[in-house]
Amino acid sequence: MITELGHFALILAFGIAIVQTVIPMIGAHRNNPNWMGVAEPAAIAQFLLVAYSFGALTWAFVTSDFSLQLVFANSHTDKPMIYKISGVWGNHEGSMLLWVLILALFGASAAVFGGNLPARLRARVLAVQGAIGVAFFAFILFTSNPFLRLAVPPLNGRDLNPLLQDPGLAFHPPFLYLGYVGLSMAFSFAVAALIEGKVDAAWARWVRPWTLAAWVFLTIGIALGSWWAYYELGWGGFWFWDPVENASFMPWLIAAALLHSAIVVEKREALKSWSVLLAILAFGFSLLGAFIVRSGVLTSVHAFATDPARGILILIILAVFLGGALTLFAARASALESKGVFSAVSRESALVLNNVLLAVSCFVVFIGTIWPLVAEMLFGRTLSVGPPFFEAAFTPFMVALAVVLPVGSILAWKRGNLSRAIKPMVPWSILAIALGALAYAIQTERTALGPIGVILGVWVVGGSVADLWMRSGRGSIKARLGRITRLPRADWGKAFAHMGMGVTIFGIAAMMAWEIEDIRVAEVGDRWDVGQFSFSLDDVRQVEGPNYVTTMADMDVWRGDRQLGSLSPEKRFYPVAKMPTTEADIRNGILRDIYVVIGDPQVNGGYAVRVYVKPFANWIWGGAILMALGGFVSLSDRRLRIGAAAAKPKQMVAAE
Amino acid sequence: MKRLVLMLCLLAAPVFAVEPDEILDDPVLEARVRELSQGLRCPVCQNESIDESHAPVAQELRVVLRERLVAGDTDAQVIDYMVFRYGEYVLLRPNARGANLILWLAAPLMLLMALGVGWVTIRRKSDVATPLSADEEAALEEILKQ
Repeated sequence: MITELGHFALILAFGIAIVQTVIPMIGAHRNNPNWMGVAEPAAIAQFLLVAYSFGALTWAFVTSDFSLQLVFANSHTDKPMIYKISGVWGNHEGSMLLWVLILALFGASAAVFGGNLPARLRARVLAVQGAIGVAFFAFILFTSNPFLRLAVPPLNGRDLNPLLQDPGLAFHPPFLYLGYVGLSMAFSFAVAALIEGKVDAAWARWVRPWTLAAWVFLTIGIALGSWWAYYELGWGGFWFWDPVENASFMPWLIAAALLHSAIVVEKREALKSWSVLLAILAFGFSLLGAFIVRSGVLTSVHAFATDPARGILILIILAVFLGGALTLFAARASALESKGVFSAVSRESALVLNNVLLAVSCFVVFIGTIWPLVAEMLFGRTLSVGPPFFEAAFTPFMVALAVVLPVGSILAWKRGNLSRAIKPMVPWSILAIALGALAYAIQTERTALGPIGVILGVWVVGGSVADLWMRSGRGSIKARLGRITRLPRADWGKAFAHMGMGVTIFGIAAMMAWEIEDIRVAEVGDRWDVGQFSFSLDDVRQVEGPNYVTTMADMDVWRGDRQLGSLSPEKRFYPVAKMPTTEADIRNGILRDIYVVIGDPQVNGGYAVRVYVKPFANWIWGGAILMALGGFVSLSDRRLRIGAAAAKPKQMVAAE
Repeated sequence: MKRLVLMLCLLAAPVFAVEPDEILDDPVLEARVRELSQGLRCPVCQNESIDESHAPVAQELRVVLRERLVAGDTDAQVIDYMVFRYGEYVLLRPNARGANLILWLAAPLMLLMALGVGWVTIRRKSDVATPLSADEEAALEEILKQ
């Protein structure tokens, strides 16, 4: 009964989304306040109905109702509760329901918190948001219905893919979807602004927090996925340049560009049409990601639902929304007149450079991702584009970005002075180069990667510190420190996010340059050296878990004669899904991770054992956490909490 | 989810990527093998190099790679050999021949274009910004005199 009500609620939400699309749009066109007023209750009702529907599906999973086809295919009574719940979105149909739930959540938030938006803009934003909803409700109801019943309910289910039974992966999809779908808000604002023919500072002040929130969630989602790959796949890889990873990375890059260009729109009323284009593209890349994951046109290790029929429908949705928005953009962009002027050396110019680098790097990822498809269709060549291409073609952009970032973020608005911006960076550049040289001297490998990572990391983090310090004005150190703590949160957010970028760059370079790997056959009782550590294999046992059996090794790690700790890597087997998984054991540390994996028993006795020493591995995700934290801090800025759009657009005193 | 598809490759007997018994005694040669095998794609898996893959065919390829290198092949020769046997599909780093030039040149060309557009935008903005009109000059002169 609950299931049927959930199904019914979903259909009702579909109907309401159609109303939300049509009535307010016409109302805004005719300037009819009653018709425009339909948008808010519709958005809220739509959210409540989808929430009920999602709750009903979750209930079916929690109670293991195997009369539901989806529950049968993805759940099992022995599964721990948390994975029964995460099983709701661990499959195609359920994840689409989560997608529309978040879409409706963003729509309802815009309705609730959008009280001070101009009425017509709000009606149009909600109408566009409703239109996206219509497309995805139709997709779910006609091709991917999660509420289908089985005529004869089986006794037990087929279990969730064991790899998804993991805390990292349980929360990876919701965060990613909050990011992907959050960008729909920026899209709706962009399309609404194009229909209005007006983009001003107030518009940017509205778009920026939504984009920032989406970007923060995307950052967390990508970091969770990468962290999961690191500890779960058994050799510590954290990024594979797989089409599906790229699909999440492209909107992240564009959203990062949009965050920065929207600042220029907000503060200086320039780069308007460019920002609108970015807002459209950001969500376009989200839709492209959905297409890549669910169509199976690109072979990916993440293949989700490889159903061409569903793929074609998503392609149609993509074509309609992206094509429609871009057509509208072509027709109306010229109406968006930018007012602000700035000289060639200025913060605005630096942000233009930031946007150029981010947008082109996204283009590199894009062409690398779709090239196998294009080459096969147009040139009849079956080929692959893998990590070596992306490392060669993408990395230079990030290096360039890191080099210009500190100076650009110090430059003054409107008219900057390059030598004045470089001056506070001189000590940091000396420190960066000195530490880089030190790293080069003490490393055993002859690689430039590690030292370059050190230099860029120190340079970017130092730039944020220098920026904060400059913002503190003049006077005694105590007075300046006092002023730093009272700086607006947006400034702190900026500093944290930029530092995070520096930390991540350093972590990636250090880990890739200085990793040690050791693969060998070890017998119980063996002890061997890897780098400055030694390892011993003490025992190998068979243990039974809740829904799996496992081969567990007891290992000790030593440094000289001092024991650092015990490690117990596992090799699990899930009987229901008939799948083995590797559970590496990792001793996390600030300076290095020690990563051990137990393999199969060998014919001549002993086990295959792999040991990795991964320097500064945690800095990669530490940097991502800093970036996300920076986003949250910036979101809590006073200027955004207190009636953003109520404030009049700033008078452009300087531009007279 | 990586493993999900991976498992389709082998189903029955899960083995590790690089097995201890495959490793060559000569560390220099072994390092070359690892470098090369990270650039070769496992033909039956979804987007994995033979270095990471657990599939039996990936293991065969790793063994062949080692045999060729021990026999004295250069890196280029062994890559050509692999491409000859399995097609350019196995190259994770696509070559820069024919249509692939588009792929390799897309990024630099796009960057030049974007920098050009960016520069024009900035110049247009600053042209408006810098000069004062004659009237304004005069007005400024007036103000400064007072």
